[in-house]
Amino acid sequence: MGYTLNFNLIWRHFDKLWGGLLLSLELAVISIAIGIVIGLVLAVWYVSAGRVVRAIIAAYVEFIRNVPLILLVYLVFYGLPTVVDLAYSAPTSFVLTLSVYSGAYLVEVFRSGLEAVPRGQLDAGKAIGLTPWQRLIHVRLPTMLRITLPALSNTFISLFKDTSIASVISVPELTYGAQWINFNTFRIVEVYLVTTAMYLATGYTLLFALRLVERRFRAAR
Amino acid sequence: MASSNDNPALLDIAEVSKSFGPVSVLRSVSLQVAKGEVVTIIGPSGSGKTTLLRCVNFLESYDSGSIRIDGKEVGFRDGGARQRRSERDLAAMRAETGMVFQSFNLFPHLSAAGNIMLGLTKVRGKSKTEARSIAEHWLGRVGLAHKADSLPAELSGGQQQRVGIARAVAMEPKILLLDEITSALDPELVGEVLAVVRSLAEDGMTMVMVTHEMAFARDASSRIVFMADGGVSAVGPPKDVLAAETTNERLRTFLARFRASHF
Repeated sequence: MGYTLNFNLIWRHFDKLWGGLLLSLELAVISIAIGIVIGLVLAVWYVSAGRVVRAIIAAYVEFIRNVPLILLVYLVFYGLPTVVDLAYSAPTSFVLTLSVYSGAYLVEVFRSGLEAVPRGQLDAGKAIGLTPWQRLIHVRLPTMLRITLPALSNTFISLFKDTSIASVISVPELTYGAQWINFNTFRIVEVYLVTTAMYLATGYTLLFALRLVERRFRAAR
Repeated sequence: MASSNDNPALLDIAEVSKSFGPVSVLRSVSLQVAKGEVVTIIGPSGSGKTTLLRCVNFLESYDSGSIRIDGKEVGFRDGGARQRRSERDLAAMRAETGMVFQSFNLFPHLSAAGNIMLGLTKVRGKSKTEARSIAEHWLGRVGLAHKADSLPAELSGGQQQRVGIARAVAMEPKILLLDEITSALDPELVGEVLAVVRSLAEDGMTMVMVTHEMAFARDASSRIVFMADGGVSAVGPPKDVLAAETTNERLRTFLARFRASHF
C-alpha cells in the first residue's frame, strides 16, 4: 500500500466539480418540473379515464420503468436524431429524457396518492355542491399532496442522482467533471471521494429541505 | 301516505328502486317530507336507509322512480327521459341539500372555518370576508367559536361532527340529510351533537336523519320511517310507529334486538 492521498490536483480543478454540481442541479430541477407536469396531468387523467387511456398510460409507465435510464439516454441522443430530423444539444436531449423518465415515476406516485384520498372527502365535496374541477383543486389535490410527500421526496432525490448518467453523452455535470479530472490527473481515489461527498451533501440538503416541507404539511394535517 | 296535492312536499321520493347486481337495496320506496319536518329513518343495517339518503342528493343513482326537491328532479333532467344531469347541474342541485356524514368527512387541510368557507366562496360566490363571518356565526351556533382556526385533527370527534353540521347548514340548504351522524362517536360525545340537531329542528330546518338513537328519534322527530329489506315497513308519528310493534313483526324483532343491545 504505497498510495498517498493528494488532493492538490483536485482543488486545482475544483471548478469542474462545482460547475458540474450546479449543472446537475439545473438538469434535475428542470426535468423534475416537467416530470411533475407530465405526472400530474396523466395521473388525473388516469383516475378519471376509461380503459383505453388507462392502458396507454400504464404502458408508458411500464416501458420507462423496465428500461434502464442509460439506454433511454442513448436512444434519445443518438437514436432519435437519425430517425427524425431533429437536432438538439446533449443537455437538452438529457433533460428531455429525464423529464419523460421522471414523468413515468411521478404518474405512479400521484396516481396512488389520488386513489388514496378517502371517498368520504369526495362525497363531502359533492355534497356542498362543488363541481368536479373544484373537487379536484380544493379537495383531491391538497389531500393527495400530503399523502404523497414522503414518496415524492424519495423520487426527487433519486432523480437528482440519475443526472450522473448525463455524463455518458458528455454533459459536463458533476460525474462528467469527476471523470475529466480523473483522466487528466489520475487521482482516481481523491476525485471520487470528493465527488461522492458532494453528491452526499447535496442529497442530504435536499432531503432535509423536503422533510421540513413534509413536517409543515403534517403539522397542518 | 298523505296526499301532497294541496301542500306539495319539499322532498318527494316516489317509487325509488335500486339494486346492486342481483341484490335489491331499495324496493319502490316512497316518502314525502314537508317543509319543517324532521323525519328519522330507523331500521336494521342493510335495510337501505343510508342508500336512500344518498340517493336524495344523488351521491348514489337509482334505477327507477323519482326524487324531487321543490318539484325539481334531483339527478335526472326534466322531461322524464331519465337522462342524468350534467355534473355542473348536479353540483348546483346538490348545493340545495346539506349532508352530514357518519365519518365527519371534514377536509383535513382546512381549518374549521375553512371547511365551512369552501362551499360559501366556491359555490355560493361569497367574498372571503363574508364567508368568514358566516362561518364564525355557525361555529358559534354549534359552540365552537373558539375553534375557528383549528384543524380537524386538533378537534375531538364530537367537535368535528359539529363543524360538519355547521359546514352543511351554512350553505342554507332546503333540506339537511344526516347519515348516522353519531354512530362513530364515543357515547359521551353523542349528546353535544344531538343538542345541535335539536336546536336546528327548533329553527324549522327540514331534516331527514338516519339514526340508531331511538330516544332521539322518539322525542325529536315529526315522523319515524322504519325500513326493512329495502322497503318502508312502517311510517308515521313516533308513538304510532313504536306502537305498531304489536302488529309489525319486523319492527318487533328490530326493537327487541335494539333493546337487548342498548339497555
